[in-house]
Amino acid sequence: MQSRYHIDPDARPALPPHVRLQFDGLRQKWVVLAPERVLWPDDVSLDILKLCDGTLTIDQIVERLAKDYGADRSQISTDVLEFLQDWADRRLLAGAA
Amino acid sequence: MTAPGPPIGILAELTHRCPLQCPYCSNPVELLKANRELSTETWIDILNQAADLGVLQVHLSGGEPTLRQDLEQLVSALSSRSVYTNLITAGINLSKARIQALKDAGLDHVQLSIQGATPEVTELIGKHKKGFAQKMQTAEHVRACGLPLTVNAPIHRHNIHQVADFIELALALDADRLEIANVQYYGWAYLNRAALLPALEDVERQVEIVEKARDRLKGILNFDFVTPDYYADYPKPCMGGWAKDAFVIVPDGTVLPCHAAQTISGLSFENAAETPLTEIWETSPTFEKYRGFDWMSETCKSCPRKELDHGGCRCQAFAVTGDAAETDPACILSPHHDKLRNVAVTASAEAPDDFSYRRL
Repeated sequence: MQSRYHIDPDARPALPPHVRLQFDGLRQKWVVLAPERVLWPDDVSLDILKLCDGTLTIDQIVERLAKDYGADRSQISTDVLEFLQDWADRRLLAGAA
Repeated sequence: MTAPGPPIGILAELTHRCPLQCPYCSNPVELLKANRELSTETWIDILNQAADLGVLQVHLSGGEPTLRQDLEQLVSALSSRSVYTNLITAGINLSKARIQALKDAGLDHVQLSIQGATPEVTELIGKHKKGFAQKMQTAEHVRACGLPLTVNAPIHRHNIHQVADFIELALALDADRLEIANVQYYGWAYLNRAALLPALEDVERQVEIVEKARDRLKGILNFDFVTPDYYADYPKPCMGGWAKDAFVIVPDGTVLPCHAAQTISGLSFENAAETPLTEIWETSPTFEKYRGFDWMSETCKSCPRKELDHGGCRCQAFAVTGDAAETDPACILSPHHDKLRNVAVTASAEAPDDFSYRRL
């Protein structure tokens, strides 16, 4: 049986092998391919997903985004966690193998 | 007329051959024999054209696609073009070595149909002795090979009482997704609809079970609930809209905007073995016919839901009303809505159980 992946500050999320983030040359857009689903992440989602490489912790991801967007950690942290938990609950993220 | 955007997905029905004889099958009643199937080279050429056209996901289906011994080659051709591949299988006689070979060829995901949550129901519907045991084994192999698994449970009167058991079964099989797919009445299923349509109270109970499980299993099991059209208030967005995002290629290469489109009389279809796929997608009169919103009746055209459901299913509109441009009768706004509901109510009350099993 599968288990729910909890996004806590120490989690190191990654896209599992069967969830692919790839650039679509024809449409000039990034796309996520998953079982029976095709998703088109917007720019912010894309910036978050690209940091989900299985080595960075949630803390580090938030830190990186705060720097890139010139925002306070506290301003973005809740949104990032919510976004990632939502993706995890749709089984599009997993812990690093 | 503006050119359509690139298509996202294809349902590739590689063969009509199948070890099962499910009476709910959506394949046409006139099945194509093996000698009508395309060669490996032709399929690879068509699939490459599909990738050029912008297709991102291909659902390899049938019949039973694993009966094609060249399936690995087709998967490999798609994988080399970064196209996401989904195998839709009945899971009969599939060795672990074969599944591993498909994975090595680049297969991304497996959808396994299970006809009942118990051996008795699976065998009654599929008419295959030991079918259930083989499916359990296939599920195990799929997971052992590290492939994600979707369990597809086609729901009708003879297994609607097993929905809770299907959920437990999907969990036990370590599935990622469960499709509680109320049967869509096309092809053999349309022929058998009186013997398959469930009763309203069972449908309502089923919805409640699925909703509760969806909450309880958040993040553990994904649910895809295909609503029962005959008891629906609004139609489903069939194919995501006619010739909008996806299309179907059947075993002899005929290209369809929807897998039941051949049931609509008066339409003609191109063949991908003869006509370039781009030409079919962009200029086929049949694809153009119900694309967008211009063809719609006033009921649909003036309705804000048209962006969501695209007027529903053309094949169902034709089957029930005789006019494919009508609003899908699954919609409460259709003047034919009662007709659909009455068929279901009558069928489930009379409950005949003599199936015409699917056969070539």
